[in-house]
Amino acid sequence: MNLLAFDWALLIEKLVLIAIIITISLVVAMYATYGERKVAAWMQDRVGPNRAGPFGILQPLADGMKLFFKEEIIPNSSNKFLFILGPCLAMLTAMMTSAIIPWGSELRIGDRVISLQIADINIGILYVFGVVSMGVYGIMIGGWASNNKFSLMAALRGASQVISYELAMGISLIALLMLTGSLSLKTITEQQMAPGHYWNVLYQPLGFLIFFVCALAECNRAPFDLSEAESELNMGYHQEYSSMKLGFFLFSEYINMFISSVIMATLFFGGYDIPFIDESKYNPNLMAWLGVGALMVKALIFIFVFMWIRWTLPRFRYDQLMNLGWKALIPLALINMVITAVVILKYFN
Amino acid sequence: MPLLNVLLTAAPAAASSASNYFPIGLQLLFAIGFVATMMVGTHLLGPKRRTGDKLENFASGIESHGDARQPMAIKYFLVAILFVLFDVEVIFFYPYAVNFRGLGWSGFWSVLMFVGFFAVGFFYIIKKGALQWED
Repeated sequence: MNLLAFDWALLIEKLVLIAIIITISLVVAMYATYGERKVAAWMQDRVGPNRAGPFGILQPLADGMKLFFKEEIIPNSSNKFLFILGPCLAMLTAMMTSAIIPWGSELRIGDRVISLQIADINIGILYVFGVVSMGVYGIMIGGWASNNKFSLMAALRGASQVISYELAMGISLIALLMLTGSLSLKTITEQQMAPGHYWNVLYQPLGFLIFFVCALAECNRAPFDLSEAESELNMGYHQEYSSMKLGFFLFSEYINMFISSVIMATLFFGGYDIPFIDESKYNPNLMAWLGVGALMVKALIFIFVFMWIRWTLPRFRYDQLMNLGWKALIPLALINMVITAVVILKYFN
Repeated sequence: MPLLNVLLTAAPAAASSASNYFPIGLQLLFAIGFVATMMVGTHLLGPKRRTGDKLENFASGIESHGDARQPMAIKYFLVAILFVLFDVEVIFFYPYAVNFRGLGWSGFWSVLMFVGFFAVGFFYIIKKGALQWED
């Protein structure tokens, strides 16, 4: 019965939304590569890409096309199935996390209310963690299947780094969850928008800091880019890859950077909340669009900070990285959690 | 009859909670389709001029020796095991954090005990040198 009374309009609405969101995240990832090179150039007093189109604006398209038309190489000694599976998995997990992010409030078209979130599930954050930890398989499988010593070493490093920082990331979020009492990203955003309530970063500054550092490590970004330490590993876990399979690895990294920026903006910086404005007083459709814009601006600021850090700080050594993750961030996150619990129970309950 | 009533009223509720996940399935299909299309596309578009030298593993220009899948440092394995151990403990905090205000102080003391166990295990592995990276 329920299956027959299926809401076809909903299906089409969701499909359109999925197509738009995935396209946006791909385009943002493409232009993040361009942005990265421009930011690097700016910081090093260079010009950066400026040949393809005005200001080099077509450079990412040229790079993508080049990767498409390159020869596909699968080394003889590699495990062919896993070799292809690795980049596919990396890309797949990068594309899946956007499903539970509330990109904006609601659009009203006629009497139909369209939520700008693909799926509002009540375990949102756990879903993110689940998908993110799948991402490590892409690196690990890619590195192992290549049957190259450098790749394998890079993959091992990458995998152990990602899982180590996942612990601190998980604990740092618990303090935030105590504040919100919900795992749904939509609820968390709405709480921050409520009058008299500020952005979570004001209540959880230490939690945010830990989360941010862990997000850098999870995305394999400098100063934690040990799995891509080209000066000691030739290139990294994707050394044997070419054509779009290499493109997938590089691309998924930028998508992950975008998605984690959006998640940080949602959890700690009010999501699609426009600061100092009471959204309920204005036209809801207009505010929904402006909200999407606000979230994008926050995400772009985070992406810029990611790049800024990459071109400013040198790379960590492996033991420093592990010591920071295990011996500094985990105890700090635990202490933050206990202090948050005491303060909330004592003063706000 | 009452049983039937329960079944009839329970069914839509269960369906609606499962239907929340339906768009995620859609997105998975979409993503798989995208990845598969790109992979087939790049396979068909690129040139194919295979030679034995090209298909060998790259080792900075010198000939590669032996298989890469040799025994690795045990430290990596240890990290993986410790991750599994501690991640399970972290997951136990999640239901507590969500119901934290309702449980009040009594819940807090119980969880503090759990944090204590966590900390004891943590100090044990540090003292054992499981997280010691330099020899």
